[in-house]
Amino acid sequence: MKFFNFHLMPYADADLSAIERHGSAWVTFPNTHCDPVKGADLYHRYLDELEYADELGFDGVVLNEHHQTAYGLMPTPGVLAGALARSVKRGKLMILGRALPLLNNPLSVAEEYAMLDNLTRGRFIAGFVRGIGAEYHAMEINPALSQERFAEAHDLIIRAWTEPGPFQYVGKHYDFRYVNVWPRPYQDPHPPIWLPSQGSSSTIAWAARMRYTYCQTVSPIALVARFFDMYRSEALKAGYEASADQLAWSNFIYVAETDEKAVREATPHLDAFNRLQKMPVEMLLPPGYSNVESMKRIRAARISSRPQTAADMIRAGVVIVGSPNTVREKLAEYQDLAGFNTSITKTQIGTMPAGMVRENMAAVAEEIIPHFRDRMAAVPVGSVA
Amino acid sequence: MADHSEETVSVKGCRIRLMRGGEGPPLLFLHGAGGAGPWAPFMGSLAKRFDVIVPEHPGFGTADTPDWLDNVHDLAYFYLDFLAAQGLRGVHLVGLSLGGWIAAEMAIRDTSRLASLTLVNAAGIHVPGVPQVDGFLSTDEQRIRDLFHDQSFAEAAIARSLRPEMEDVMLKDRQTAAKLMWHPRSYDPHLAKWLGRIDVPTLLLWGAQDKVVPEPYGHAFQRLIPGSQLSIISECGHLPNIERADEFVAEITRFIGNEEGAR
Repeated sequence: MKFFNFHLMPYADADLSAIERHGSAWVTFPNTHCDPVKGADLYHRYLDELEYADELGFDGVVLNEHHQTAYGLMPTPGVLAGALARSVKRGKLMILGRALPLLNNPLSVAEEYAMLDNLTRGRFIAGFVRGIGAEYHAMEINPALSQERFAEAHDLIIRAWTEPGPFQYVGKHYDFRYVNVWPRPYQDPHPPIWLPSQGSSSTIAWAARMRYTYCQTVSPIALVARFFDMYRSEALKAGYEASADQLAWSNFIYVAETDEKAVREATPHLDAFNRLQKMPVEMLLPPGYSNVESMKRIRAARISSRPQTAADMIRAGVVIVGSPNTVREKLAEYQDLAGFNTSITKTQIGTMPAGMVRENMAAVAEEIIPHFRDRMAAVPVGSVA
Repeated sequence: MADHSEETVSVKGCRIRLMRGGEGPPLLFLHGAGGAGPWAPFMGSLAKRFDVIVPEHPGFGTADTPDWLDNVHDLAYFYLDFLAAQGLRGVHLVGLSLGGWIAAEMAIRDTSRLASLTLVNAAGIHVPGVPQVDGFLSTDEQRIRDLFHDQSFAEAAIARSLRPEMEDVMLKDRQTAAKLMWHPRSYDPHLAKWLGRIDVPTLLLWGAQDKVVPEPYGHAFQRLIPGSQLSIISECGHLPNIERADEFVAEITRFIGNEEGAR
């Protein structure tokens, strides 16, 4: 299995009671709660943590994009990727990913990713996402156009990377007299493309058809297994057998000497993560973001669910928290259950301070990763594939 | 005896639901972003004096969602075609909220089939510095509450909206509303430039306590449409046709009667 270290870069100094009173840390949570002096310290601390991950032997480091929120301080992840391109020496560098429909000029991502691919001499992995519903409120992009803008922006970027320029591109949402991206990507024909999703069936089907690596965002492991099965089944429909290398699970792992200590230490930070992540359904699902059937399903699930606690997340296998032995056992069990060969692991959780994070990172690197280096997932029992 | 008919009509390949009742000069009512709903008491009242025609917009309710539907201009051209296809002339055009925006876009393009225009708490322009609620970032309940001044109307509407069979239509209506109104937020920056072209008698009818498209918008439309009259309905929110149905009907009837008397 491969291990990537994923950082959400939360505003860890956030006033959680203020977020609770406001109802959410997204879009309308006033930015007067952001102290830039603390923000500056956090950026440097988080970049140090990702550089440490590279030293510890993680296979790569991962950034993402969110807007107008204390949940994550990466509205422009390319800035941080640029800072890491020369300091992360061995591992891959991944942005998971840029939210394409939010852009009025998708060529800017073709350029930015090509630059990063050059800077890292081909160690870059390109993630594309639609962006969660909150981004459409934050960036004033019409959610009803999200799917068609994503498809068109993706096609334009791939063409910009693979067809000799200059050429003209005329689409419904984007048009360019000259498409002629300099620099060209370092990797031939272009960086690997990964698609994270919360489990949209149309995204999974499309990722399988395109043979893009699919990454399931923080979800109970039983659900992860179901979505990965869907991917394998869609791959068969497309005429090939998907490999476990095409599937990645995004999780949190926290390791301490004993189960009891690990749970005790991780719990307040998992609870903080849940508070930072929380948003009302009308923010998560603006009209038109998904088709009517998906919207009904998610609305029903949201209305009937109670707020998630740290204990719920551990029990359902959203996260793995425990002694080295417990974490190894659970990870092996989950790998075989869902059939994936990549763990995209967050080692910083919510408000977790630097010391705890570094100890956790070292523990994952020493106690977990070596045991999984040569461990590859078999096709899970009962899988349609 | 039924006081109205309901049928599906097709205009250039797009099928929509059409309610129609009454006799007299034709009055075309264009509904707002909340959808056409069923035949309402205000429609019945207007039907005593007019041939009341209430289409459901493409993309709403049981109507088709055609590939060409991208913006309010598309609906304006659709309804100009609808008037021609139905052979309607001398039409009194009444548009509420989003429907008012569509009506204004029709009237700046072609008034040859119109006898008058009434815009009711209409969207379509932007007035700087006027606070407006964001219906896209409200709970389903709050969004309904913000439509009304008298909350007893809101309670009834909330109860209706909770019926499970309403969810499909609500989600479809909101998807189309987002497509048309999300960005720019409920207006077209080019509409205000051309409102001066409107050359039929125009009434602006406004609920005084509207939080969605507040009263200053009524005054702004009045400044932009030559010779238009503004009538404010007190103790009333975004939907005068529901909240103050009698006054709504009386105002439209008075306005059209005066205009006909003047000719």
